[in-house]
Amino acid sequence: MNLHEYQAKQVLRKFGLPILAGHLCYTPGEAEAAADQLGGGICVVKAQVHAGGRGKAGGVKLAKSASEARKHAESILGMTLVTPQTGAQGKLVRKIYVEAGCNIAKEYYLSILVDRAKRCVSLIASTEGGMEIEEVAHKTPEKILNVRVDARVGLQAYQTAKLALDLAIPLEARKHFSQVVAGLYKAFIESDLAMLEVNPLVLTKENTFVILDAKVALEDNAGFRQKAIHDMMDYDEQDPRDLRAQKYGLNYVGLDGNIGCLVNGAGLAMATMDIIKAFGGEPANFLDVGGGATKENVTEAFRILLSDSKVKGILVNIFGGIMKCDVIATGIIEAAKEVGLKVPLVVRLQGTNVDLGRKMLAESGLAITPADTMDDAAKKIVSLAK
Amino acid sequence: MSVLVDKNTRVVTQGITGKTGAFHTRACREYGTQMVAGVTPGKGGQDFEGIPLFDTVHEAKKQTGANVSIIYVPPPFAADAIMEAADADMDLVICITEGIPVLDMLKVATFMQGRRTRLIGPNCPGVITPGQAKIGIMPGFIHKPGRIGVVSRSGTLTYEAVFQLSALGMGQSTCIGIGGDPLNGTNFIDCLKMFNEDQDTDAVVMIGEIGGSAEVDAATWAKANMKKPIVSFIAGASAPPGRRMGHAGAIISGGDDTAEAKFKALSAAGIHIVRSPHEIGAKMQEVVGK
Repeated sequence: MNLHEYQAKQVLRKFGLPILAGHLCYTPGEAEAAADQLGGGICVVKAQVHAGGRGKAGGVKLAKSASEARKHAESILGMTLVTPQTGAQGKLVRKIYVEAGCNIAKEYYLSILVDRAKRCVSLIASTEGGMEIEEVAHKTPEKILNVRVDARVGLQAYQTAKLALDLAIPLEARKHFSQVVAGLYKAFIESDLAMLEVNPLVLTKENTFVILDAKVALEDNAGFRQKAIHDMMDYDEQDPRDLRAQKYGLNYVGLDGNIGCLVNGAGLAMATMDIIKAFGGEPANFLDVGGGATKENVTEAFRILLSDSKVKGILVNIFGGIMKCDVIATGIIEAAKEVGLKVPLVVRLQGTNVDLGRKMLAESGLAITPADTMDDAAKKIVSLAK
Repeated sequence: MSVLVDKNTRVVTQGITGKTGAFHTRACREYGTQMVAGVTPGKGGQDFEGIPLFDTVHEAKKQTGANVSIIYVPPPFAADAIMEAADADMDLVICITEGIPVLDMLKVATFMQGRRTRLIGPNCPGVITPGQAKIGIMPGFIHKPGRIGVVSRSGTLTYEAVFQLSALGMGQSTCIGIGGDPLNGTNFIDCLKMFNEDQDTDAVVMIGEIGGSAEVDAATWAKANMKKPIVSFIAGASAPPGRRMGHAGAIISGGDDTAEAKFKALSAAGIHIVRSPHEIGAKMQEVVGK
């Protein structure tokens, strides 16, 4: 789950980190007023969408006056921003952030995340700030520095001091650099972030550091103890199908194919998509109803699939462990009766209470094609959906 | 033989009085597993359907001789439960709980260093040695005693593989679900090592997924050390590249964690790969020549 830049900065500001003054705006008029409030000098108008690469795509513009800020706001608000991270359909800009300018001397890159293989927190830093960091890592891997932090003791002063030297930070700015890095680490840990990326981290001509852009990804599992931050989530940035699925504890990802899938377990759900492809079909979605789904969850999952006009056939593949096959059968029957089954449906049930589940489906009077195995099910749905 | 658990294993359930813990403790007992104790703070001295309850894992171990713990404790308290079991010096801790924050698991991972307790999971279906002990949430009846080891990151996909093996007459020595979380206690290599040394395992099914480097690391290890054949499937070849906001994760992992890259590495290590999940059983039959 991601936050907008302005929200990320709200989080970081609480940790005393150097963030420029700025205002969130929804209209060109608000943008002009915000620029005035910032002193009427140089300011930056920034599109607030969940994607990197905004600058290159025309979503970030420098203004020298409040009237120019208004003009930029007019062009950015309502535009559909297409960057390498948004996909071809792009993202609609609904709000902008108007932020004060600063005197940039040099730009650095800094991010913090958990290195799962090495079992530590890693600080990734580079002198090549403001660039596509993947490209830097690819072309000049020696310019990527990695500081590993032992989770038991946290970030130590010697580590930030050494990083400052390795990045050739000027002597006058080293103390502030160490403070900023320590503050970012604290924010990362205390906010349960999955990733914190500052690009660029700016060194000003006054030898202080400024967090010019910040991206924050939240750790989904920590929602129970980070409610305030998790409540910031902007629902406009999410696919409405995904949101509906989330509400019912379903794990859903919309895709471009025409065969809807309903599966329990993420691994089996991916494997089901793989086998549909192997037999020449294209999955319309990934949908994991989870291990402990109820009748209501299954019914809702079915509704989501049936409401997708691209879907020309549905494959249900359930291996009952905790989930009982008769519960799945009940959900399928109720949803199909309620929404109306307009496309072919192949159901493969296996595991706990399988006989009861199959019997219920057979006696439901619905046009359901049963299948015994995964390959049998995939073959049937691919031919039926053609 | 078998690995990790057998008919002599004595199990304590942490979180036994919760809905999930109660349901599966019953199912494991019905399977024949020795479910000897339960832990729920504040309920020491009571019992759960004849199973004595204790306030702490230390107490449960002292009174019942439990040597393996299974955890169903909710996410906010699960990391603490794992550390408590490790501090009580259990042989094995199996954590079923899904949704533990990664920073909690990072603490657990460092806490476990230098201790002899092995952790399986979290977010896993557990471990079963068919006919002897079922310690987890898998449906027991699909398993058959036999000589194929199974290790997997996924839950239901493992059941699918086991179902195929059993249907073709190939029973299992032990099936281990190592869990879907990126920070887990036991990895593929640990399990391959155990199966390699187990006299009652002839071959191994290894089921991986896209993401991370665990499968590629296992392939490297297997090439140099594994004496027994491995059949492997990687789920997620058809998954589109994830929608990511930052890029730092890919830099650390090297970025090459696609199904295709993993199939390649496994194949190069002499592992028998199947590209569709329905071929797992048939490929194993071909490999062991039955």
